[in-house]
Amino acid sequence: MTVTFRIPGPLLSFTGGRHVVEAEAVVATVEEALAQLWRLYPGLRDRILTEQGQVRPHVNVFVGADSIRDTGGLATPIGERAEIAIIPAVSGGVGGR
Amino acid sequence: MVATRNVTPKDGDALVMVGTMKGAFLFRSNASRARWERGGPYFPGSAVYAMAYDGRAGRQRLWAAPESFHFGAVMRSSDDFGKTWSEEEAGAIRFPEDTGASMKRVWQIAPARAEEPDVLYAGVEPAALFESHDGGKKWSLVRGLWDHPHRPQWQPGGGGMCLHTVLLDPGRRERIHVAISTAGVYRTDDGGRSWRTAHKGVRAQFLPNKHPEFGQCVHKIARHPSRPDRLYLQNHWGLYRTDDAGDSWKDVANGVPSDFGFAMAVHPHDPDTAYIVPLESDEFRCTPEGRLRVYRTRDAGQSWQPLTRGLPQKDALETVLRDALATDGFEKAGVYFGTRSGKLFASRDSGTSWTRITDGLPPVVCVKTATVAKGRGRAK
Repeated sequence: MTVTFRIPGPLLSFTGGRHVVEAEAVVATVEEALAQLWRLYPGLRDRILTEQGQVRPHVNVFVGADSIRDTGGLATPIGERAEIAIIPAVSGGVGGR
Repeated sequence: MVATRNVTPKDGDALVMVGTMKGAFLFRSNASRARWERGGPYFPGSAVYAMAYDGRAGRQRLWAAPESFHFGAVMRSSDDFGKTWSEEEAGAIRFPEDTGASMKRVWQIAPARAEEPDVLYAGVEPAALFESHDGGKKWSLVRGLWDHPHRPQWQPGGGGMCLHTVLLDPGRRERIHVAISTAGVYRTDDGGRSWRTAHKGVRAQFLPNKHPEFGQCVHKIARHPSRPDRLYLQNHWGLYRTDDAGDSWKDVANGVPSDFGFAMAVHPHDPDTAYIVPLESDEFRCTPEGRLRVYRTRDAGQSWQPLTRGLPQKDALETVLRDALATDGFEKAGVYFGTRSGKLFASRDSGTSWTRITDGLPPVVCVKTATVAKGRGRAK
Protein backbone atom coordinates (compact mmCIF):
# COMPACT_ATOMS: atom_id res chain seq x y z
CA MET A 1 0.00 0.00 0.00
CA THR A 2 1.04 3.61 -0.49
CA VAL A 3 0.84 6.22 2.23
CA THR A 4 1.15 9.81 1.12
CA PHE A 5 2.37 12.42 3.59
CA ARG A 6 1.90 16.14 3.14
CA ILE A 7 4.69 18.09 4.84
CA PRO A 8 4.26 21.74 5.91
CA GLY A 9 6.65 24.45 4.77
CA PRO A 10 8.54 24.89 8.07
CA LEU A 11 9.59 21.24 8.00
CA LEU A 12 10.82 21.02 4.42
CA SER A 13 14.41 21.32 5.61
CA PHE A 14 14.02 17.77 6.92
CA THR A 15 12.71 16.31 3.66
CA GLY A 16 15.08 17.87 1.19
CA GLY A 17 12.32 20.29 0.18
CA ARG A 18 9.70 17.65 -0.58
CA HIS A 19 6.13 18.74 0.17
CA VAL A 20 4.80 15.30 -0.65
CA VAL A 21 6.43 12.12 0.57
CA GLU A 22 5.22 8.66 -0.37
CA ALA A 23 5.98 5.48 1.52
CA GLU A 24 5.26 1.93 0.43
CA ALA A 25 4.43 -0.10 3.49
CA VAL A 26 1.84 -2.29 5.10
CA VAL A 27 0.54 -0.29 8.03
CA ALA A 28 -2.69 -0.34 10.01
CA THR A 29 -2.58 2.87 12.06
CA VAL A 30 -1.40 6.44 11.85
CA GLU A 31 1.35 5.61 14.34
CA GLU A 32 2.67 2.85 12.13
CA ALA A 33 2.45 5.06 9.08
CA LEU A 34 4.36 7.86 10.80
CA ALA A 35 7.05 5.36 11.77
CA GLN A 36 7.64 4.94 8.04
CA LEU A 37 8.00 8.69 7.72
CA TRP A 38 10.55 8.78 10.56
CA ARG A 39 12.44 5.98 8.85
CA LEU A 40 12.80 8.12 5.73
CA TYR A 41 13.40 11.41 7.55
CA PRO A 42 14.38 10.77 11.18
CA GLY A 43 14.54 14.45 12.13
CA LEU A 44 10.81 14.89 11.60
CA ARG A 45 9.85 12.76 14.54
CA ASP A 46 10.82 15.17 17.30
CA ARG A 47 9.23 18.08 15.50
CA ILE A 48 5.83 16.42 15.16
CA LEU A 49 5.82 14.39 18.37
CA THR A 50 7.13 15.23 21.82
CA GLU A 51 9.89 13.02 23.20
CA GLN A 52 7.09 11.17 25.01
CA GLY A 53 5.53 10.15 21.71
CA GLN A 54 2.51 12.43 21.74
CA VAL A 55 1.55 14.72 18.88
CA ARG A 56 2.75 18.21 19.80
CA PRO A 57 -0.12 20.33 21.12
CA HIS A 58 -0.04 22.82 18.24
CA VAL A 59 0.36 20.32 15.43
CA ASN A 60 -2.61 18.72 13.71
CA VAL A 61 -2.46 15.43 11.88
CA PHE A 62 -5.21 14.70 9.36
CA VAL A 63 -6.11 11.45 7.64
CA GLY A 64 -7.93 12.63 4.56
CA ALA A 65 -10.16 15.40 5.90
CA ASP A 66 -10.34 14.17 9.49
CA SER A 67 -8.17 15.29 12.37
CA ILE A 68 -6.89 12.30 14.31
CA ARG A 69 -7.83 14.12 17.51
CA ASP A 70 -11.41 13.17 16.64
CA THR A 71 -10.75 9.68 15.39
CA GLY A 72 -8.58 7.94 17.96
CA GLY A 73 -5.27 9.76 17.88
CA LEU A 74 -2.22 7.89 16.73
CA ALA A 75 -4.21 4.63 16.92
CA THR A 76 -6.53 5.86 14.17
CA PRO A 77 -6.80 3.10 11.57
CA ILE A 78 -5.92 3.90 8.00
CA GLY A 79 -6.97 2.19 4.84
CA GLU A 80 -5.42 1.61 1.46
CA ARG A 81 -3.97 4.70 -0.22
CA ALA A 82 -4.18 6.86 2.87
CA GLU A 83 -3.19 10.50 2.76
CA ILE A 84 -1.79 11.97 5.95
CA ALA A 85 -1.39 15.73 6.24
CA ILE A 86 0.67 17.40 8.95
CA ILE A 87 -0.59 20.92 9.52
CA PRO A 88 0.50 23.52 12.07
CA ALA A 89 -2.47 24.72 14.12
CA VAL A 90 -3.55 28.25 13.30
CA SER A 91 -5.69 28.84 16.34
CA GLY A 92 -3.00 29.31 18.91
CA GLY A 93 -4.48 26.21 20.23
CA VAL A 94 -6.27 26.23 23.59
CA GLY A 95 -7.15 22.59 23.86
CA GLY A 96 -4.91 21.82 20.96
CA ARG A 97 -7.54 22.35 18.29
CA MET B 1 11.18 36.32 3.57
CA VAL B 2 13.52 38.90 4.98
CA ALA B 3 17.13 38.43 3.85
CA THR B 4 19.63 37.42 6.50
CA ARG B 5 22.72 39.60 6.70
CA ASN B 6 25.99 38.17 7.93
CA VAL B 7 28.83 39.67 9.91
CA THR B 8 32.47 38.66 9.94
CA PRO B 9 33.92 39.36 13.37
CA LYS B 10 37.68 39.61 13.75
CA ASP B 11 40.03 38.89 16.59
CA GLY B 12 39.39 41.37 19.41
CA ASP B 13 35.93 42.41 18.21
CA ALA B 14 32.95 42.85 20.49
CA LEU B 15 29.95 40.67 19.81
CA VAL B 16 26.45 41.18 21.18
CA MET B 17 24.02 38.30 20.66
CA VAL B 18 20.38 39.26 20.79
CA GLY B 19 17.58 36.72 21.00
CA THR B 20 14.08 37.95 20.21
CA MET B 21 10.57 36.57 19.95
CA LYS B 22 11.05 36.31 16.18
CA GLY B 23 14.65 35.39 15.57
CA ALA B 24 18.24 36.04 16.63
CA PHE B 25 20.62 38.84 15.73
CA LEU B 26 24.34 39.50 16.04
CA PHE B 27 25.91 42.89 16.51
CA ARG B 28 29.60 43.30 15.84
CA SER B 29 31.95 46.16 16.55
CA ASN B 30 35.65 46.64 16.95
CA ALA B 31 36.94 47.16 20.47
CA SER B 32 35.98 50.84 20.45
CA ARG B 33 32.32 49.72 20.38
CA ALA B 34 31.36 53.00 18.72
CA ARG B 35 29.69 51.62 15.57
CA TRP B 36 27.80 48.38 15.26
CA GLU B 37 27.19 46.15 12.30
CA ARG B 38 24.13 43.94 12.40
CA GLY B 39 23.75 40.35 11.33
CA GLY B 40 20.51 38.41 11.15
CA PRO B 41 17.76 37.63 11.52
CA TYR B 42 18.77 34.02 12.11
CA PHE B 43 15.87 31.58 12.49
CA PRO B 44 13.32 34.23 11.43
CA GLY B 45 9.97 33.52 13.03
CA SER B 46 11.37 31.43 15.87
CA ALA B 47 11.63 32.68 19.45
CA VAL B 48 15.21 32.56 20.72
CA TYR B 49 15.27 32.72 24.52
CA ALA B 50 18.78 31.35 24.93
CA MET B 51 22.06 32.19 23.24
CA ALA B 52 25.68 31.73 24.27
CA TYR B 53 29.20 32.04 22.98
CA ASP B 54 31.71 29.28 23.54
CA GLY B 55 35.25 30.54 23.04
CA ARG B 56 36.92 27.71 24.98
CA ALA B 57 39.58 25.48 23.50
CA GLY B 58 40.00 27.63 20.43
CA ARG B 59 36.34 27.55 19.46
CA GLN B 60 34.44 30.46 18.01
CA ARG B 61 31.04 28.89 18.51
CA LEU B 62 27.66 30.51 18.79
CA TRP B 63 24.80 28.67 20.42
CA ALA B 64 21.12 29.42 20.02
CA ALA B 65 17.92 27.59 20.92
CA PRO B 66 15.33 28.60 18.31
CA GLU B 67 11.84 27.56 19.19
CA SER B 68 8.89 27.09 16.89
CA PHE B 69 5.46 27.58 18.40
CA HIS B 70 4.35 24.46 16.59
CA PHE B 71 7.38 22.24 16.29
CA GLY B 72 9.30 22.82 19.53
CA ALA B 73 12.80 23.98 20.40
CA VAL B 74 16.10 22.80 18.99
CA MET B 75 19.75 23.47 19.78
CA ARG B 76 21.80 25.02 16.99
CA SER B 77 25.44 26.00 16.90
CA SER B 78 27.53 27.91 14.42
CA ASP B 79 31.31 27.97 14.00
CA ASP B 80 31.25 30.77 11.41
CA PHE B 81 29.32 33.47 13.23
CA GLY B 82 25.92 32.52 11.92
CA LYS B 83 26.63 31.92 8.25
CA THR B 84 25.87 28.23 8.71
CA TRP B 85 24.30 26.35 11.60
CA SER B 86 24.36 22.77 12.80
CA GLU B 87 21.63 20.39 11.68
CA GLU B 88 18.31 20.67 13.46
CA GLU B 89 18.50 17.01 14.46
CA ALA B 90 21.88 17.36 16.13
CA GLY B 91 22.29 17.76 19.87
CA ALA B 92 18.64 17.50 20.86
CA ILE B 93 17.67 18.02 24.48
CA ARG B 94 15.11 15.37 25.32
CA PHE B 95 13.56 14.35 28.58
CA PRO B 96 13.97 10.64 29.31
CA GLU B 97 10.84 8.58 28.86
CA ASP B 98 10.42 7.76 32.56
CA THR B 99 10.06 11.46 33.44
CA GLY B 100 6.90 11.81 31.35
CA ALA B 101 8.04 15.37 30.60
CA SER B 102 8.63 17.03 27.27
CA MET B 103 10.89 19.96 26.61
CA LYS B 104 9.11 23.21 26.00
CA ARG B 105 11.78 25.89 25.98
CA VAL B 106 15.51 26.34 26.47
CA TRP B 107 16.03 29.33 28.76
CA GLN B 108 19.76 29.25 29.28
CA ILE B 109 22.85 27.82 27.64
CA ALA B 110 25.90 27.95 29.91
CA PRO B 111 29.33 26.81 28.75
CA ALA B 112 31.22 25.60 31.83
CA ARG B 113 34.64 26.69 33.03
CA ALA B 114 37.68 26.98 30.79
CA GLU B 115 39.27 23.92 32.44
CA GLU B 116 36.39 21.72 31.30
CA PRO B 117 36.03 22.91 27.72
CA ASP B 118 33.62 20.20 26.57
CA VAL B 119 31.07 20.74 29.35
CA LEU B 120 27.91 22.79 28.85
CA TYR B 121 24.75 23.20 30.87
CA ALA B 122 21.27 24.11 29.72
CA GLY B 123 18.37 25.34 31.82
CA VAL B 124 14.98 24.45 30.38
CA GLU B 125 11.22 24.49 30.84
CA PRO B 126 9.74 22.50 32.50
CA ALA B 127 12.33 23.38 35.13
CA ALA B 128 15.29 21.08 34.70
CA LEU B 129 19.03 21.20 34.18
CA PHE B 130 20.74 19.31 31.38
CA GLU B 131 24.46 18.74 30.94
CA SER B 132 26.69 17.84 28.05
CA HIS B 133 30.21 16.48 28.34
CA ASP B 134 31.04 16.34 24.64
CA GLY B 135 30.69 19.95 23.57
CA GLY B 136 26.93 19.82 23.08
CA LYS B 137 26.53 16.71 20.93
CA LYS B 138 24.67 14.77 23.61
CA TRP B 139 22.72 16.10 26.57
CA SER B 140 21.55 14.33 29.68
CA LEU B 141 19.20 15.28 32.48
CA VAL B 142 20.79 16.21 35.80
CA ARG B 143 18.85 13.70 37.86
CA GLY B 144 19.81 15.07 41.24
CA LEU B 145 17.78 18.20 40.65
CA TRP B 146 14.95 16.49 38.77
CA ASP B 147 14.51 14.05 41.65
CA HIS B 148 14.53 16.78 44.30
CA PRO B 149 11.56 16.23 46.62
CA HIS B 150 10.43 19.85 46.18
CA ARG B 151 10.08 19.60 42.43
CA PRO B 152 6.52 18.25 42.19
CA GLN B 153 5.37 21.29 44.19
CA TRP B 154 7.16 23.96 42.15
CA GLN B 155 4.72 26.33 40.50
CA PRO B 156 5.10 28.11 37.18
CA GLY B 157 5.59 31.86 37.21
CA GLY B 158 4.27 34.24 34.58
CA GLY B 159 7.04 33.16 32.23
CA GLY B 160 6.40 29.46 32.72
CA MET B 161 7.98 26.78 34.91
CA CYS B 162 11.50 27.66 33.96
CA LEU B 163 15.06 27.08 35.08
CA HIS B 164 16.33 30.36 33.69
CA THR B 165 19.76 30.94 35.21
CA VAL B 166 22.80 28.71 35.66
CA LEU B 167 25.85 30.05 37.51
CA LEU B 168 29.01 27.97 37.72
CA ASP B 169 31.37 28.72 40.54
CA PRO B 170 34.71 29.69 39.00
CA GLY B 171 36.72 28.25 41.88
CA ARG B 172 34.70 25.30 43.14
CA ARG B 173 34.12 22.98 40.29
CA GLU B 174 31.42 21.01 42.07
CA ARG B 175 29.32 24.06 42.93
CA ILE B 176 26.49 25.29 40.70
CA HIS B 177 23.67 27.69 41.45
CA VAL B 178 20.45 27.59 39.48
CA ALA B 179 17.46 29.92 39.67
CA ILE B 180 13.95 28.67 39.01
CA SER B 181 10.67 30.55 38.76
CA THR B 182 8.91 29.93 41.01
CA ALA B 183 10.97 27.70 43.20
CA GLY B 184 13.96 29.82 44.16
CA VAL B 185 17.71 29.37 44.15
CA TYR B 186 19.10 25.86 44.44
CA ARG B 187 22.75 24.99 44.91
CA THR B 188 24.78 21.85 44.49
CA ASP B 189 28.20 21.40 46.05
CA ASP B 190 28.79 17.94 44.60
CA GLY B 191 28.54 18.47 40.88
CA GLY B 192 24.77 18.05 40.63
CA ARG B 193 24.12 14.92 42.65
CA SER B 194 22.40 16.71 45.52
CA TRP B 195 20.78 20.12 45.72
CA ARG B 196 19.50 22.34 48.49
CA THR B 197 17.75 25.66 48.61
CA ALA B 198 19.97 28.74 48.78
CA HIS B 199 17.49 31.56 49.21
CA LYS B 200 17.17 32.05 52.96
CA GLY B 201 16.09 35.61 53.63
CA VAL B 202 14.45 36.13 50.24
CA ARG B 203 10.80 37.06 50.71
CA ALA B 204 7.90 35.66 48.75
CA GLN B 205 5.83 38.85 48.80
CA PHE B 206 3.06 37.18 46.83
CA LEU B 207 2.47 34.27 49.26
CA PRO B 208 0.70 34.19 52.63
CA ASN B 209 3.89 32.79 54.18
CA LYS B 210 6.53 35.35 53.23
CA HIS B 211 9.43 33.02 54.00
CA PRO B 212 8.49 29.59 52.69
CA GLU B 213 11.02 26.79 52.39
CA PHE B 214 10.75 27.22 48.61
CA GLY B 215 8.49 29.03 46.17
CA GLN B 216 10.43 32.27 45.89
CA CYS B 217 9.99 33.79 42.45
CA VAL B 218 13.60 34.57 41.65
CA HIS B 219 13.86 36.49 38.39
CA LYS B 220 17.63 36.62 38.07
CA ILE B 221 20.85 35.97 39.97
CA ALA B 222 24.26 37.33 39.00
CA ARG B 223 27.78 36.95 40.34
CA HIS B 224 31.25 38.31 39.84
CA PRO B 225 33.87 35.65 39.15
CA SER B 226 36.49 37.24 41.39
CA ARG B 227 34.22 36.97 44.40
CA PRO B 228 32.24 33.81 43.85
CA ASP B 229 30.41 33.76 47.19
CA ARG B 230 28.77 37.10 46.46
CA LEU B 231 25.62 36.98 44.38
CA TYR B 232 22.96 39.54 43.64
CA LEU B 233 19.32 38.58 43.22
CA GLN B 234 16.36 40.29 41.59
CA ASN B 235 13.21 38.76 42.98
CA HIS B 236 9.57 39.14 42.07
CA TRP B 237 9.57 42.06 44.53
CA GLY B 238 12.87 42.34 46.28
CA LEU B 239 16.50 43.02 45.64
CA TYR B 240 19.10 41.02 47.54
CA ARG B 241 22.78 40.24 48.01
CA THR B 242 24.49 37.27 49.58
CA ASP B 243 28.13 37.06 50.60
CA ASP B 244 28.00 33.41 51.58
CA ALA B 245 26.95 31.76 48.34
CA GLY B 246 23.26 31.89 49.14
CA ASP B 247 23.23 30.67 52.73
CA SER B 248 21.76 34.04 53.72
CA TRP B 249 20.50 37.01 51.76
CA LYS B 250 20.22 40.65 52.74
CA ASP B 251 17.75 43.16 51.32
CA VAL B 252 19.63 45.80 49.34
CA ALA B 253 16.73 47.73 47.80
CA ASN B 254 18.18 51.04 48.90
CA GLY B 255 17.06 54.04 46.90
CA VAL B 256 15.40 52.31 43.96
CA PRO B 257 12.03 53.49 42.63
CA SER B 258 10.77 49.90 42.75
CA ASP B 259 12.30 46.63 43.84
CA PHE B 260 10.34 44.80 41.15
CA GLY B 261 12.19 43.94 37.97
CA PHE B 262 13.69 41.14 35.97
CA ALA B 263 17.16 41.85 34.66
CA MET B 264 20.39 42.01 36.60
CA ALA B 265 24.08 42.04 35.67
CA VAL B 266 27.41 42.50 37.42
CA HIS B 267 30.29 44.71 36.32
CA PRO B 268 33.06 42.63 34.72
CA HIS B 269 35.85 43.99 36.92
CA ASP B 270 34.21 45.13 40.14
CA PRO B 271 32.19 42.82 42.38
CA ASP B 272 30.70 45.84 44.17
CA THR B 273 29.07 47.13 40.98
CA ALA B 274 25.80 45.73 39.65
CA TYR B 275 23.01 46.85 37.34
CA ILE B 276 19.24 46.49 37.36
CA VAL B 277 16.29 47.97 35.47
CA PRO B 278 13.47 48.54 37.98
CA LEU B 279 9.89 48.13 36.78
CA GLU B 280 6.86 49.72 38.36
CA SER B 281 5.09 46.61 39.64
CA ASP B 282 4.06 43.10 38.77
CA GLU B 283 0.75 44.52 37.56
CA PHE B 284 2.40 47.21 35.44
CA ARG B 285 5.66 45.76 34.26
CA CYS B 286 7.02 48.96 32.75
CA THR B 287 9.68 51.47 33.72
CA PRO B 288 8.36 53.81 36.45
CA GLU B 289 7.23 57.31 35.47
CA GLY B 290 7.84 56.61 31.81
CA ARG B 291 11.57 56.97 32.37
CA LEU B 292 13.99 54.33 31.14
CA ARG B 293 16.55 54.17 33.91
CA VAL B 294 19.22 51.60 34.59
CA TYR B 295 20.20 51.64 38.27
CA ARG B 296 23.76 50.98 39.28
CA THR B 297 25.24 50.27 42.65
CA ARG B 298 28.96 50.72 43.24
CA ASP B 299 28.89 49.73 46.88
CA ALA B 300 27.33 46.27 46.70
CA GLY B 301 23.79 47.50 47.11
CA GLN B 302 24.13 50.00 49.92
CA SER B 303 22.96 52.64 47.45
CA TRP B 304 21.75 52.68 43.85
CA GLN B 305 21.98 55.56 41.38
CA PRO B 306 19.91 56.06 38.24
CA LEU B 307 21.74 56.10 34.91
CA THR B 308 19.85 58.23 32.43
CA ARG B 309 22.29 59.90 30.04
CA GLY B 310 21.27 58.87 26.56
CA LEU B 311 18.19 56.96 27.70
CA PRO B 312 14.65 58.27 27.01
CA GLN B 313 13.22 60.01 30.06
CA LYS B 314 9.75 60.79 28.75
CA ASP B 315 6.94 58.49 27.61
CA ALA B 316 9.25 55.50 27.84
CA LEU B 317 7.08 52.66 29.09
CA GLU B 318 9.63 49.95 28.54
CA THR B 319 10.19 46.43 29.82
CA VAL B 320 13.55 44.72 30.10
CA LEU B 321 13.23 40.98 30.62
CA ARG B 322 15.32 38.74 32.83
CA ASP B 323 18.03 37.77 30.38
CA ALA B 324 18.11 40.98 28.37
CA LEU B 325 20.84 42.86 30.31
CA ALA B 326 24.52 42.00 30.04
CA THR B 327 28.02 43.35 30.52
CA ASP B 328 31.07 42.65 28.37
CA GLY B 329 34.66 41.92 29.34
CA PHE B 330 36.45 44.98 27.97
CA GLU B 331 38.64 47.07 30.23
CA LYS B 332 36.22 49.97 29.86
CA ALA B 333 33.18 47.90 30.61
CA GLY B 334 30.31 47.74 28.17
CA VAL B 335 26.73 47.32 29.37
CA TYR B 336 23.90 46.34 27.04
CA PHE B 337 20.19 45.79 27.26
CA GLY B 338 17.27 45.15 24.97
CA THR B 339 13.61 46.03 25.48
CA ARG B 340 10.36 44.31 24.76
CA SER B 341 9.75 47.12 22.29
CA GLY B 342 12.77 46.01 20.26
CA LYS B 343 15.32 48.67 21.18
CA LEU B 344 18.93 47.81 21.95
CA PHE B 345 21.01 50.17 24.09
CA ALA B 346 24.71 50.12 24.85
CA SER B 347 27.11 51.86 27.18
CA ARG B 348 30.87 51.70 26.85
CA ASP B 349 31.65 53.58 30.04
CA SER B 350 30.23 51.20 32.63
CA GLY B 351 26.73 52.64 32.29
CA THR B 352 27.41 56.34 32.74
CA SER B 353 26.21 57.18 29.21
CA TRP B 354 24.20 55.24 26.67
CA THR B 355 23.54 55.09 22.97
CA ARG B 356 20.85 53.25 21.08
CA ILE B 357 22.39 50.63 18.81
CA THR B 358 19.10 49.96 17.03
CA ASP B 359 15.36 49.85 17.33
CA GLY B 360 12.69 48.00 15.43
CA LEU B 361 13.78 44.54 16.53
CA PRO B 362 11.14 42.04 17.60
CA PRO B 363 10.68 41.89 21.40
CA VAL B 364 14.09 41.22 22.95
CA VAL B 365 14.29 38.26 25.33
CA CYS B 366 18.03 37.73 25.70
CA VAL B 367 21.24 39.70 25.32
CA LYS B 368 24.64 38.03 25.61
CA THR B 369 28.14 39.33 24.93
CA ALA B 370 31.48 37.97 23.86
CA THR B 371 34.91 39.20 22.94
CA VAL B 372 36.13 37.35 19.90
CA ALA B 373 39.43 35.64 20.47
CA LYS B 374 41.47 34.18 17.69
CA GLY B 375 40.11 30.79 16.72
CA ARG B 376 42.35 27.75 16.69
CA GLY B 377 40.55 25.70 14.12
CA ARG B 378 37.60 23.59 14.95
CA ALA B 379 37.47 22.01 18.35
CA LYS B 380 35.02 19.22 18.81
